[in-house]
Order: sequence, then C-alpha cells, then structure tokens
Amino acid sequence: MASSVYLCLLRTVFLVCIVNLLIHGVSGDEDVNQNPHHHLHENITGLPIVTFKWHHVETPYLVVLWVFVAALAKLSVIELNHHVTSVFPESGLLIILGFFLGGIVWGADKAQTFKLLPSTFFFYLLPQIILDASYFMPNKLFFSNLGAILIYAIFGTCWNAATVGLSLWGCYEAGAMGNLDIGLLQFLLFGSLIAAVDPVAVIAVFEEVHVNEVLFILVFGESLLNDGVTVVLYNVFEAFVNLGGPMIDTAEIFKGIFTFVVVAFGGSFLGVVFAILLSLLTRCTKHIQIIEAGFVFVVGYMAYLTAEMLSLSAILSITFCGVCCQKYVNANMDEKSITTLRHALKLLANGSETMIFVFLGITAIDTEIWVWNTGFILLTILFIFIYRIIGVFLLTWMLNKFRLVPVEVIDQVVMSYGGLRGAVAYGLAAMLDEKTIPEKNLMISTTLIVVYFTVILQGITMKPLVQWLKVKRAAHSDLKLIEKLNNRAFDHILAAVEDICGRIGDNWWTRGWNRFEENYISWLLMKPKARKNRDYLFSIFHKLNLEDAVNYVSEGERQGSLAFIRSDKAANVDFKKQFGSEFADVMPDIMVDMSSYELGIENFSVTSIVKDTIPSVSLDINAQDRKNALDDINAHHLLQQHLYRSRKHHRHKYSRSHFSINQSEEEVQEIFQRTMRSRLESFKSAKMGVNQAKKITKHHKKELAHKMANGHSDGTGYLYGDEVDSAVGSETGVISGTFMRDKYTVGAGIENPVFLPDMDSPTHSSLPWLMETEAVAPSQRAQRRLPWTPNRLRRLAPMRISTCSTDSFLMADVSSLTLEEHEELSQTDHDEIRPVFD
Amino acid sequence: MGASQSGRVHKFQELADKTGFSIEQIKNLHSRFTYLTQDEDTLRREHLENISNLAINPIRRQIIEAFFDKRNLGENEKGCLQEISFEEFVTVLSFFRPPKPRIPDEEMKNIRKEKLRFLFNMHDTDNDGVITLDEYRRVVEELLSSYETIGAETAKAISDGAMLEVASVTVGQMGPDEFYEGITFEQFMQILQNLEIETKMNIHFWNLDTTTMKCGK
Repeated sequence: MASSVYLCLLRTVFLVCIVNLLIHGVSGDEDVNQNPHHHLHENITGLPIVTFKWHHVETPYLVVLWVFVAALAKLSVIELNHHVTSVFPESGLLIILGFFLGGIVWGADKAQTFKLLPSTFFFYLLPQIILDASYFMPNKLFFSNLGAILIYAIFGTCWNAATVGLSLWGCYEAGAMGNLDIGLLQFLLFGSLIAAVDPVAVIAVFEEVHVNEVLFILVFGESLLNDGVTVVLYNVFEAFVNLGGPMIDTAEIFKGIFTFVVVAFGGSFLGVVFAILLSLLTRCTKHIQIIEAGFVFVVGYMAYLTAEMLSLSAILSITFCGVCCQKYVNANMDEKSITTLRHALKLLANGSETMIFVFLGITAIDTEIWVWNTGFILLTILFIFIYRIIGVFLLTWMLNKFRLVPVEVIDQVVMSYGGLRGAVAYGLAAMLDEKTIPEKNLMISTTLIVVYFTVILQGITMKPLVQWLKVKRAAHSDLKLIEKLNNRAFDHILAAVEDICGRIGDNWWTRGWNRFEENYISWLLMKPKARKNRDYLFSIFHKLNLEDAVNYVSEGERQGSLAFIRSDKAANVDFKKQFGSEFADVMPDIMVDMSSYELGIENFSVTSIVKDTIPSVSLDINAQDRKNALDDINAHHLLQQHLYRSRKHHRHKYSRSHFSINQSEEEVQEIFQRTMRSRLESFKSAKMGVNQAKKITKHHKKELAHKMANGHSDGTGYLYGDEVDSAVGSETGVISGTFMRDKYTVGAGIENPVFLPDMDSPTHSSLPWLMETEAVAPSQRAQRRLPWTPNRLRRLAPMRISTCSTDSFLMADVSSLTLEEHEELSQTDHDEIRPVFD
Repeated sequence: MGASQSGRVHKFQELADKTGFSIEQIKNLHSRFTYLTQDEDTLRREHLENISNLAINPIRRQIIEAFFDKRNLGENEKGCLQEISFEEFVTVLSFFRPPKPRIPDEEMKNIRKEKLRFLFNMHDTDNDGVITLDEYRRVVEELLSSYETIGAETAKAISDGAMLEVASVTVGQMGPDEFYEGITFEQFMQILQNLEIETKMNIHFWNLDTTTMKCGK
C-alpha cells in the first residue's frame, strides 16, 4: 500500500520537477533570449530555421502546463491506493499534493512565483463550478426546500459573520492576541469572509458520503447561496472599512442593509433574466446544433460578468441562471447537445476544482504570507466551529416549527459539521486591501489554516461521523418507473386532500405554480415540439427504452452476431464458423449467467457495466451524471452505429456544421413506438400466461428438429456442427424451431419476435443488414428481467432464444445462409405456424 | 342549546382521542365538513366533486372513492358507502396526519403500514387484495390523462413497464409459464420501502380556522 503511494507521488513529483526545470532552465537563459532583435542582428548572415521563442508563448504555455500538472495530480490522487482514498477526501489529498508542488517551486525559485490570484479565481475558475452545480441541481428538491435553504444561507451567514467577528474583537480587547492593528470593522470584515461555506469543498466531501437527499440539498443549497451572500456581506463591510469608523452613522448602516438586499436579490433576478434569455435562444438553435451547447456557457458567463459589472452578486446570478434554465434548455436542445453540455460542464467544473485545490496547497508554501498569531488563529477556528453549530441548531429549531418533516438532530450535527471553508474564503481574503487592513497577511494565513483544517480534518472525519451517527443515507432503488409513477400519484393525492380540507397548503402552491408554468412559461420558453413530450414520466420511460436498445445491441455485439459487424462487406464472412461458434457459446453462457440471475435479476452481462451505483439525487461534480450521460451517449452511439446503419448517407462527414447523420424524426418515433409495443407484448407473453413461444415450441419440436436434420443432410444449410452432443440435441431442435418460426413469419433480419403480429416484411430477398427495413430497438430490459428458475436450465435455452433478443441475431445469420432453404420451407411451415400469432 | 354544545364538545373529544387530531383541528375540519355538505349531516360524492380545485385533479375519482371505502373506515367489511358522516370523514383524513415526533419505531412501523394500506386500497379497486395489471393500467391512465399528448397507448405501455419492474423485483425467480397475478400488499410494501411514506404522506392540519379563506368551491 505504502509503496504504491510513494510510487504515485514520486511519479508526479518527478514529472513536475522536469517541468519546472524546463521552465526555469529556460528562464535562466533569459539574458540571451531577452533581446531577440539583437540576437537576430548578430546572426543576420543566415536565415534562422528554428528559433527558440520562449517569451513569445510564456503565459499561455505556463497556464497549459499548470493545467496539465493539475490534471496529473488528480490522476495520481485517483490512482492512489484505495485504502488511502477511502479515508482521505480527494480534495484534501489534492491540497497536500499542492504542498509538494509548492515546495518544488519554492526550491527552484526561492520565492513563490505561482499563486492563486483572486481575479483568476473569481473570473476563470469559479463561474463554471457554480454553473455546473446549479445546472445539475435537482430542481424539485431545491425549490421545495428553498425556504429553509434561504434562511440558512442568509441568516446563518449573517449570524456567523457577526458572531465570529464580534467574538474575535472581544477576545482582542481582552488581550488574547497581543498587539494587533485591527479594529472592530476589520474584525467584522474578516468574520464575513470566513463565513463562506464553500460549495466546492462541501460537494467534494459529501459526494463520497451519500447522505439522504434532504440533508444533501440543505447543505449544498446553503453553501451555494451562502457564497453569494458572503460576497455581498464582504463588499458591504469593505465599504464600511473604507469609509472609516467615525463616518458611519445610522443612515449608513441602513444603506448597508439596503445594499445587501439589492445586491443579493438583484443578482438573483438578473440570473433569472438571463435564464429566460437563454431558454428563448435555445428555442431557435435547431439549425446550428453543433454550437448550441456553447450558448449555455456563454450566456451563463455573461450573467456572471454582467452582475459583476453592475456590482450585483455574480455568484447568485449564475446560480439562478443555471437553476432556472435547465428545464427549458434540456427540452429545447437536441439530446446530443445536452450530452455534450453535460460532459463539458463536468469537465470544466472538475478541472477547475482540481486546479483550485492544488493551488490552495501551492499557495501555502510562501514565507511572505505567513504571519503567526496563535491566539487569533486558534480562536478563529474555535469560533467558526462553535458558532456554526449554534447557528444551525438555532435556525433549525425555528424552522422545525414550520416544517412538516422536521430536520432531525443527527442531520443537524452533520450540517454543522459540514461547514467546510474553501477557496471562496481564500479568494476574498486575498482581495483585501493592504492599505486599509494592515494585518492582511495574518488574515490570509488564518484563512488558509481554516481551509486546511476544515477540508482536510473535517473531510477525513466526516465519513466516520456519518457512519457512526447512522445518518439516513440515500436509498438506492432499482425501481425507476414505478417510483416515478407513485410519486406522481402521491402529489395528486396530497393536493386533493388539501382541497378537501379546504386549506391552502404547500401542495396547493406547488400545483398552482405547476399549472401556471405549464400554461404560460413553457409556452413561452419551450419549443412546441419539446413541450409535447416533455413530461417527466414520459422521459423516464424514454430513457429506459433507450437503455434497452443499448443492451440489445451490446448483447448482439457480445454474441458476435453478423448483423452487428460494422462493415457493410460482412456479407462474405464465413457463416459456418460464425454460427457454429456462436451456438457453442450459448450453452456455457447460460451456465455462467445463472449465478448472476440468482443473486440479482439486474445482472445481465453487458448491462452490469452500466449498472447504477449512484443515488438518484447526487449532485457531486464527479459522478452525478456519469451514468445517465453514459447511457445517453451509448444509446446514441450504438443506435447510430448499428440499427440504422443502412439508412445513413455519409454526406456530411467533412462538414463542420453538420455533425450528425440525417436521422429523421420518423425514425425516432418509429423506434419509440416499436419499443413500447414490445414492452407490452413481452409483458403479456411472459407474465400473463399467454406464453405463445413455449407452446409453439413444444408443438413443433419434433417436426422442426426433423426438418433441421433434413437441412443437414443436403449440406446447404449448416446449423450446428457435431460439437453439439446428442443430449442437447432435442434442445437445439427446439431452438432452431423457435427461430426458424420467427424467421418464416417475418422473413427479414433484425426483428424481434414480439413485433410479429403487425409486422410487414418489405423485402424477403435481401440480406438483413443491408436492407432498408425498419430495424427495431426491442425491449431488452423487459427480457433481461425475466425471472428464471435455476432448476429449469433445460428450458432456459428455448426461453432465452425465443424471447431474448439474441434470437434475432441468430435469425439474421441463419436467414442469410439458409435463404433458399427457408424459402422453400416457408411454403410449408407458414400455414401451420401463422395462426398462433393471430 | 347548551346541552347540544357540550355533547358536541364531548363528541369532538372522542374523535380527537380516536384519530389523534387536536380539538382545534377537529373543529376546523367540522366547519369545513358542514361547509362542504351545506349543513347536512352526511357527505356524499357530489359534495366532493363540486370542489373546483379538485376538478382538475386527474385521479380525483380514486381519491373521492377512498373516502367512501369501508376498508379505510376501520371496519373489516368491504364495499362502499353512499354517504359518510363527520366521524368517517375525519377517520379518512387521519391517514394524512403527520406522526407525532419521537415515537417508538414499532409505532412508526404501524403508521407506515396504515398509510400504505390506504394507498393500496386506492389502487385495488375490486377489493381482492391484489392490484392486477388492469387495475394498475387504469390508475396510470387516469394519472396521465391530464397530458393530452400522452396517449392511452403510451400510458398502457408505461404501466406495463412499471408492472414488469415490480414483478422482477418482488417475485424474482419465476418459471416462464408462471402467471404474475398482480401486486399483493406485501409486495406493495416492499416496492415502496424507500419512499419514506411516514414523512411524505402528510399534510398540515393547521389549528387556525382556514375555511374563511376563499378556496375550494
């Protein structure tokens, strides 16, 4: 364990050394390179082929190098031994790694050349993190707890700022800190900047803990909004400090409070305005699909900068922009753009987060900023800890009087313990003006110590604490559709009971808003088409269907079916070998799969890859959307690659503005319709006792087996080789019978048996994967969930073959090779098999 | 007059003991009850159907039916009533009463079970103790009926998908020719175990008299 840690660290350190040596080796030569003109003049005799122009690229190069190093740092942290990462939070490890990196820079330069500048932080690193967090905010949860979140964010922050500032001032007056040049206002300013509970640090720690959703949204929402509040508070106090103590009278204080309100609510309002703008914009970006995802970034950033320009709260602005636009943007934009957007957001946010933590570590290695004052530092840590706890308990006590579901004591403990300070506090501290605040460095060093203390120590102890207190964790459930249905029914029931009681309650407001939103806001901000199928349940269903399609195709690929071999020239593959090996595979597969069926129905080879391990409402930057986005991208990728291959024309391959193949609306509709029907049919046959497949199998078993034998003898149709022993002979007969049956009725490749009843078969003669036929995304999910008893192993083969999508691949293969054969067979078989489906 | 007043108070006290509401809440509910019934003694379906806000609720039929379902009224009989008295009205509403804080786990379990039973009865329209696919389909169809864009076909498919999920989770191992009849109450409890119904199926019953607010009707 230890060795691998060292290895990782060494690897990184070594790399950084090289990087630094490169930079500094180069900077050592500055004298030579500084005057390129001079240099050129000297060597004017010949045309320089290669010149070394470090200064030409210095700034961007350094930025890129640092991004690279930060990414490597993240990589090495992730690759660390599992035992370490399970104890240490990632953010803490990144900070510690930052110490090492800072040490290297210090060793090379004898000064800290690189540090986190407040302007860099606030302009280039913070916005995307906030945008990401707000864009992925679970809206319903957020707004239903908005009251509590606002109270924690506004009153909690003010409480923390005031009490910490005043207490420190009191202790200072009492002589606990020796001689410092700090007045009451400066203490309050310091209190306000240290009150910022940092969303970055909080998500980073809470993501690994998976607490229940209410607790999560309270902590997370609070930390997000409280950043905005802190900045506002900071600005107000800074204005007071600049004004100077004697100038402040009651009017100024009222003006300060008024500013606070205006800045906070103005910022939020501005965010909403930009969200509306963005939603309207995405209504009409259909033809510039390739860049539409970019609008979210640009408009979000514009919201941030505009608020900054108007000296409103930029953080609140971008927060509300993200929260409000998500629904409409998601509905308006193409699914591919949304996938792009999600990944890009995660990429940027995750990258910035890494950079921030690494630089928080690097910044520490600097003798200039370190001013030690034991009393001040220790008292600060003590006070923020104590007042956080008092504040949370006090506010919760008040809130619980009104809350239907009171916040439990255990949750309150975790909330108060989750008051992690982060880069926002540091950024604000670094922004302090040295002229008005002589003890700026003391404040910076105290802030840094508080950050390290909370992120590393509280981060490490958070998980054991949550476990020890037995905090309600987020429940993970396999049920998606029924859960949503129940929730929906639930909302209606509660609203109805409120109506009957004649009370205007929470549900009444929620429903009122929902109706207003549906009737007016959606009308304004959504595309008409998007409005049509934007229902939440519907989209869940849609997603499940897509998942099925992915599984269907993946399963096909796993089986190595011909229908899914990507080359169009696959027609001349050796069918014999292909099919023979494939069939040999079927039996062992079943044996292997059985174990997983017994454990959990969910596990079905390929699908285990995409199994959801993340709770449904997790907001963490790293993992939240991993699954969904993955599924989406898989679905799209696979669908395009395989199911509709024959339809696409590679017209736009080289185009910059048209990335996608021309997938028409009808196709999408078609997949959807069919999948729904398949669910229905497969459900019927599997659960309602209809089970046609089995009956027919039994009925025609011998007959078909016999026919197969005939097929063997004439040598044209190869089905199974001699490797299939006689014991399974009857089984294989059944199998062949089953898919032969399907094949006969449909006569065309990639069809699932469940579609048979209303299936028209356009072309009988062409090869299945070349045909312009309506390919299907059948309900793999329905089938993979079909329960089997382990002692019916023998029945499994026909079962699997007849209802699982595998058969269609087999069919596809067989239909091509025994084309002639089955054409003549179908003459005879058609009549006796057909009626079963009517 | 005085006698009837005290008799009424006595009756309220009894109801409060039985259902767990406070006297004030019972009084409020009583004034709401008389408001709904227009000073009659019993409440009929059309009284509830007249509530304007309820008219837009897609599953109002089930909810109204629940008020007249004998199973929810603490009796062991099945079937429906045509009209209910105030006592029965309060009994049904008490399913939505938030549990008192800090009650023992055992009691919480019971409350949970009662609330789930209420929901189950709502879905199980023919009282046979099983939510069959047909029954569930009807529920989903009604639930989605307010969205014109989702056709009956889709609703059916969605309910089938949901039912399949239930089957796969609750039954698990099942022979291919076995027949899944529907959701039993045990399975219902199983699939809703993550819902934390004891904290969700609650509404605020305020002590203030809210009937003066112009809502409903």
